[in-house]
Amino acid sequence: MPKKSDTARKLEDVGIEIDGDVESAEEDKKAKSKGAKKTAAGKRGKAAASEDGEDEDEDDEPPRGRRAANKKKAAHADEEDSDDDIPQRRCAGNRRRGKVRESGRDGENEKSGRKNRKGGNKKKDGKGKGKDKENDKDSDKDEKKKKNSSGDDSKSDEEEESMSEGEMAKLMEEVEEKKKLIANIRIKPWRMRRRLQVLKEAQQFVDKFEGALGKGKGRKLYAYKVMMMKKWIKFQRDFENFRTSCIPWERKIKEVESHFGSSVASYFIFLRWMYGMNLVLFSLTFGLVVIPEVLMGLPYGSISRKTVPREEQATAMDYSVLTDFNGYCKYSVLFYGYYNNQRTIGFLKFRLPLSYLLVGIGTFGYSLMVVIRTMAKNADVGGGDGEDNEFTFAWKMFTSWDYLIGNAETADNKYASITTSFKESIVDEQENQKDENIHLRRFLRVLANFFITCTLGGSGYLIYFVVKRSQDFANMDNLSWYEKNELEIIMSLLGLVGPMLFETIAELEEYHPRIALKWQLGRIFALFLGNLYTFLLALFDEVNSKLEEEESIKNASLWYIKEYYANYSANNPNDTGTPPPMDPADIIRGPCWETTVGIEFVKLTISDIQVTYLTILIGDFLRALIVRFLNYCWCWDLEAGWPSYGEFDISGNVLGLVFNQGMIWMGAFYAPGLLGINVLRLLTSMYYQCWAVMACNVPHARVFKASKSNNFYMGLLLLILFLSLLPVVYTIMSLPPSFDCGPFSGKQRMFDVIMETIDLDLPAFMGTLFSYVANPGLIIPAVLLMVLAIYYLNSVSEAYKNANMELKKKMQMARDEEKNRRNNKDSTNQVMKDLEDLLPNRSPAPPENSAEKKHDQGGKSPKVKPGSAGGGVHLQKDVSLASANPSARGPVTRAPGPRGPGPLPGQPGPGRGQGPPPRRQ
Amino acid sequence: MFLKEILRLFHRYHDLAPQLVPLDYTNQPEVSLPYELIGSMPELKDNPFRQRIAEVFSEDGEGNMTLDDFLDMFSVLSEMAPRDLKAYYAFKIYDFNNDDFICKSDLEKTLNKLTRDELTEDEVRMVCEKVIDEADLDNDGRLSLEDFQHMIMRAPDFLR
Repeated sequence: MPKKSDTARKLEDVGIEIDGDVESAEEDKKAKSKGAKKTAAGKRGKAAASEDGEDEDEDDEPPRGRRAANKKKAAHADEEDSDDDIPQRRCAGNRRRGKVRESGRDGENEKSGRKNRKGGNKKKDGKGKGKDKENDKDSDKDEKKKKNSSGDDSKSDEEEESMSEGEMAKLMEEVEEKKKLIANIRIKPWRMRRRLQVLKEAQQFVDKFEGALGKGKGRKLYAYKVMMMKKWIKFQRDFENFRTSCIPWERKIKEVESHFGSSVASYFIFLRWMYGMNLVLFSLTFGLVVIPEVLMGLPYGSISRKTVPREEQATAMDYSVLTDFNGYCKYSVLFYGYYNNQRTIGFLKFRLPLSYLLVGIGTFGYSLMVVIRTMAKNADVGGGDGEDNEFTFAWKMFTSWDYLIGNAETADNKYASITTSFKESIVDEQENQKDENIHLRRFLRVLANFFITCTLGGSGYLIYFVVKRSQDFANMDNLSWYEKNELEIIMSLLGLVGPMLFETIAELEEYHPRIALKWQLGRIFALFLGNLYTFLLALFDEVNSKLEEEESIKNASLWYIKEYYANYSANNPNDTGTPPPMDPADIIRGPCWETTVGIEFVKLTISDIQVTYLTILIGDFLRALIVRFLNYCWCWDLEAGWPSYGEFDISGNVLGLVFNQGMIWMGAFYAPGLLGINVLRLLTSMYYQCWAVMACNVPHARVFKASKSNNFYMGLLLLILFLSLLPVVYTIMSLPPSFDCGPFSGKQRMFDVIMETIDLDLPAFMGTLFSYVANPGLIIPAVLLMVLAIYYLNSVSEAYKNANMELKKKMQMARDEEKNRRNNKDSTNQVMKDLEDLLPNRSPAPPENSAEKKHDQGGKSPKVKPGSAGGGVHLQKDVSLASANPSARGPVTRAPGPRGPGPLPGQPGPGRGQGPPPRRQ
Repeated sequence: MFLKEILRLFHRYHDLAPQLVPLDYTNQPEVSLPYELIGSMPELKDNPFRQRIAEVFSEDGEGNMTLDDFLDMFSVLSEMAPRDLKAYYAFKIYDFNNDDFICKSDLEKTLNKLTRDELTEDEVRMVCEKVIDEADLDNDGRLSLEDFQHMIMRAPDFLR
């Protein structure tokens, strides 16, 4: 073994030398041509080594003694080794050098005689050396080395002389080979001892012949290459780590996943995705609308829409007012009304109204694109639910542990995650194995769906009814508290009872939890749509009333301004200049329905955040605290019994997130600040919920694997996006904007701002171009074309899907085939055996029998083997058919023919499985 | 390069028990470190199979490692090692009773180590049956090295 010290390098050289010695000695014993060759190799090595040694001698005297000692030790060790594993090593050596030898054989053979002689010399040397070693250490060493090296030098000279061109080439090859070996030594599947040995041999060889052939450059190049390779691998790993660490909250989510399973983690992944999307929306809105307005627009208090009205100014800074988003909040950049309708603002001539509209539309455009893209991308990731690998469990069992883990906490997490993933797979497997009364199950499912449809219909009608009533109530005075709040109460009751009811009914269906979750999500979604409907209805009522109010105020306001100027000129008759502008706080202003809508949405979002967080705090944290600490002094086991710890409510949380996002989409146009609030909410929610889950919840009783793609969530999101798109687009296209607030004030419709830009800012031909484009004669064919494209792409994807299925099937077949080919030895044989058992009985005449048998075998065996893809089952069928035959064939009239003792079942017959079975007789 | 790594490993080895391992390895001292020391290395400390790993790589089969064994272990566990070598040693590691087959009891042990006995009896049994069902190509109810390699070479995670 190498010495681990600063002399290790030298040791290597020396060890090589000894190695050569030992080998030559041992080789001699065998006295074969092979041996001769090996000796030669050893010799060569020795030469190289001693050359090296000489150099070092000159360089550094002191360590020499040490080296000598090393050498001796090494020699001892090696000698011992070689005694043990000569054959093994030899054969390894052969294997290793087989190629080289073959190529080099011719050249070597002629030299072998000479070499053999030299080997003899060498051997003597070695022996002498060994003896010397025993006697004393330092003094003799020097001399001996000199001797060796001189001898070797001369020999190597000789060799070099005798080398021809072809030999050079061969040698070169050999050297290359060795160098490759050196480079790859690390990945050779040998024990350390042998590896070192091979390395030494190879190195000395290279050292020696590189000298003969030229420079030692090649080796350095190899070393460099290997080093770079290693560096590259390490870099890749580091880069991967870096990339992973760049994914936000990856650690947190993994931690949750390891304890709660992928289903809970899927919620957090969804949340993270939402955060990413909202971040983009937020930067769009803030970068293109809010910040330009703040930096370049008119300052607060300059015009009426940017000023708190005089009558509100007293309370505008009150906390209660601010939390209602009135007062200063209402007249801030957060809401639609604050923005001015100047065509361009600032020295950059930024077209704020246009930008506002485009960002509003772009928000939807971007969201749609991202959602659809993600859905499409996810579709090819997981495709289906669960995995259909051939080795799900085996891989989990053997490859799930990460051998790089070196941290107790990580290890804990890994244990948890492995356990969880096993549980997930077990649940899947149990579902697969379940085979009960299918009719009962179907009946129950239909029944459950019937119940749920009834519930949904009932609640829908209830909502409709209550909304109707509340519209009646709105016109009445002196209502009781209940009548005032009826709508809200009913809605929250429905939201509370509905999901629980659905969950209970879903028990009937006994779906796999993953599918059950989907159903549950869909049903609650349908229920919540009612909520949305009432909210929107109320909002539209409000907007309509505001619009009516606006008409009258518009006139009043205009009149008021006229009055003001009239008064002014009346009061200051000698002032001919323009009157000082009115204090913006005093101007009569319209209700500005856009801001009202924005405030509604912001309020809703805020209250949603509050409710969610409080629910977590009370429902999970407090409950966990009580269960944990009151358990010491309670009459039953709180942890195992009734309250227990909460489970993470996936469906509720996902739907909360989805509906919240719907609110954001609807409200963002009227309250650009809403996006900022939402980003904050998602950010805090990530940390808060992660903490809450880890601290207060327990994993589900049946941990199930979420489908790899979050596509179901995405689908819900897409639906809600579409639903929230409708009202916003409706308002943009068909409601007149307020006359005195917002970027579109003074226009007939909001989208007029685009027309204006086309008319005023773009060259004239663009206008005509747009008018052409807007022509129905162009639009209808375009729509048609798009429909055709969609149809085409759809059918293409369908075809791909089919092809995919086919390929999957083929893979499955191939797998079965492989599996069967391996077992087939057995089953084929089974058939053969049965045939053999059968045949003698069948035919009366033994000679015919044999012929027939032969024929039969010839016909059957090739058929069976390739058909093995069919699986063991088919073979078994064949067998049973075959064995049924003889009994049907009638009574046996004569004793079985003289056939040899056929292979008994379970007892391997001769030639079992290979080729045609041996013929008997 | 190779030597540098060996040297580094030697220092690791030496640091495990400075009083036992001489710095001077010239005279091939018959030193082997007990499993307790090997198993306490940070690389192995948290590995559920540390005992098996030590046993497989040690010459005496009891986890006491000489320097050679130590080097062997690290070279196999290094990322430069070829996959089939790793597969071979992985097989040996999972083959708890050294009978050259991974049988049910081996699987159960593996599983219990991986999950820290958190699965119920039934679940363990089911998983083991599934594993054998999946990977056993010759239907002998246990996994041979061939089965194991066939299975593990297809594993996406088998990189270590």
